[in-house]
Amino acid sequence: MSALPTPTPPFNPEAAPFWTAAAEGRLVLPRCESCGHHIWYPRTWCPVCGSDDVRWTAVSGRGTVYAVTILHRAMRPWADAAPFVVAYVELAEGPRILTNVLTDDPADVRIGDEVEAVFVPLPDQPPDAPIRVIARFALR
Amino acid sequence: MISPPRLGAMSIRGKAVIVGAYEHPRREIPDRTIAQLHREVAVGALADAGLTLADVDAYFCDSTAPGFGPVSMAEYLGLSTAYVDSTETGGSSYLAHVGHAAAAIASGKCRVALVTLAGRPRTGGARPGGAQRTFDSPEAGFEQVGISSPVGNYALAASRHMHDFGTTSEQLAWIKVAASEHAQHNPDALLPNPVTVDDVLASPLVADPLHRLDCCVVTDGGGAVVVVHPDVARSLGRTGATVLGHGEAVKHTDAGRIDLTYSAARWSGPAAFTEAGVTPHDIQYASIYDSFTITVLIALEDLGFCEKGRGGAFVADGALRSPGGRLPFNTDGGGLCNNHPANRGGMTKIIEAVRQLRGEAHPAVQVPGCELALAHGTGGALSTRHGSATLVLGAFA
Repeated sequence: MSALPTPTPPFNPEAAPFWTAAAEGRLVLPRCESCGHHIWYPRTWCPVCGSDDVRWTAVSGRGTVYAVTILHRAMRPWADAAPFVVAYVELAEGPRILTNVLTDDPADVRIGDEVEAVFVPLPDQPPDAPIRVIARFALR
Repeated sequence: MISPPRLGAMSIRGKAVIVGAYEHPRREIPDRTIAQLHREVAVGALADAGLTLADVDAYFCDSTAPGFGPVSMAEYLGLSTAYVDSTETGGSSYLAHVGHAAAAIASGKCRVALVTLAGRPRTGGARPGGAQRTFDSPEAGFEQVGISSPVGNYALAASRHMHDFGTTSEQLAWIKVAASEHAQHNPDALLPNPVTVDDVLASPLVADPLHRLDCCVVTDGGGAVVVVHPDVARSLGRTGATVLGHGEAVKHTDAGRIDLTYSAARWSGPAAFTEAGVTPHDIQYASIYDSFTITVLIALEDLGFCEKGRGGAFVADGALRSPGGRLPFNTDGGGLCNNHPANRGGMTKIIEAVRQLRGEAHPAVQVPGCELALAHGTGGALSTRHGSATLVLGAFA
């Protein structure tokens, strides 16, 4: 299963708990205690109902492919990695996440396929870096 | 669920007229600055109307304007402005600008509004998609998935449309075919040669299921329009396009609940039709932003030209051809074949609609007796966040 040459994401302190959990191999999302929605992308309040009462909540990491494309061309730093898969994954808890499905066979990833989260260490990150691991998906 | 936009009691119907329209004729322009191009298209559109820069009292631009937006451009152009607007919704910005200009004119804020677009992505090295500032956006850390050109983003919506409705690559290809047949009559078109469905399918896949020929061109250039009070329009003696209706809306990932089968045209279209007091059935010509073939297909459905999910059958039936199709579209060749200046196609959509309403499109593609037209833009990224804007325009004689 091929990793991708993903650059270190820009760190947004609003999402710090997401990255801390990812470094520990856990997927956590903000869940609104008021309306119950899991919120993607992560933020510290709920844009569905407006509540500030959100709690970082572990999710299953399981989901299905909602939409998929194989990128046959890409720019640096991804250029040499093409072809690779970009997809929306619909988590079991509801939200649809823009992500990569990591695979050696891009044509094998189809809408409706079951996937699960995988945690990919970023190379050469110091131990105190705010982002050391990113979450992606793989076929189950 | 995102709420649809509310319609106010006030209306801009008939309260402003597009009297000047100009498309830069060149497609590769290494010998001009972007500011110079804004000035060239501004002067071109004003000359078309019988006006000069000294007549302008309102100025509209998006982020393609260099420097401090409308402030820098007003200085560069030597404008005295009572009203400026730098609404940025990507390639649909100019359709929004025309609506905003009409509202400003209707409320007495100004009388002669200039809207300009210019850029040099073909020879100037800008990345596709324009000048979006993304690094410090709140989603930036969560979307580094390798989509370095908009085609990968739009391909996601295409994949879901195919899955849900059985839409095929052949059907999408008919959109390019119709555009290319129109482009052969446009001497300025970057790609003037007609293509076939097989040509589209044989072109390389860029982002599955979209091929190279499902994608718009990359061109330098720009365009401008002049929107004026009806009293000014009548004094000029030039034909044009009356602004009858305008709608705009933003669609985004909605905290993770995004549905890729529709665009913000689902809201901007009905708002524009309601204001104009017409229905999709009444439209004789449509300029539909065509960054990619799928952009057209989804917009056609959302605007109500066919049922949701039936866009593939609609376009494969020759509906978009001019003359003769049920909905002649993009008779200049559109962004797919003619021009996509600054990686933003909304301005040229307005300009070709004005040509049609004036009866000044190429005779081979002119819609006979064209009195009611639509121009529609989809700016940004279809499968994450974008702004749609729709104009309904009537012939002004």
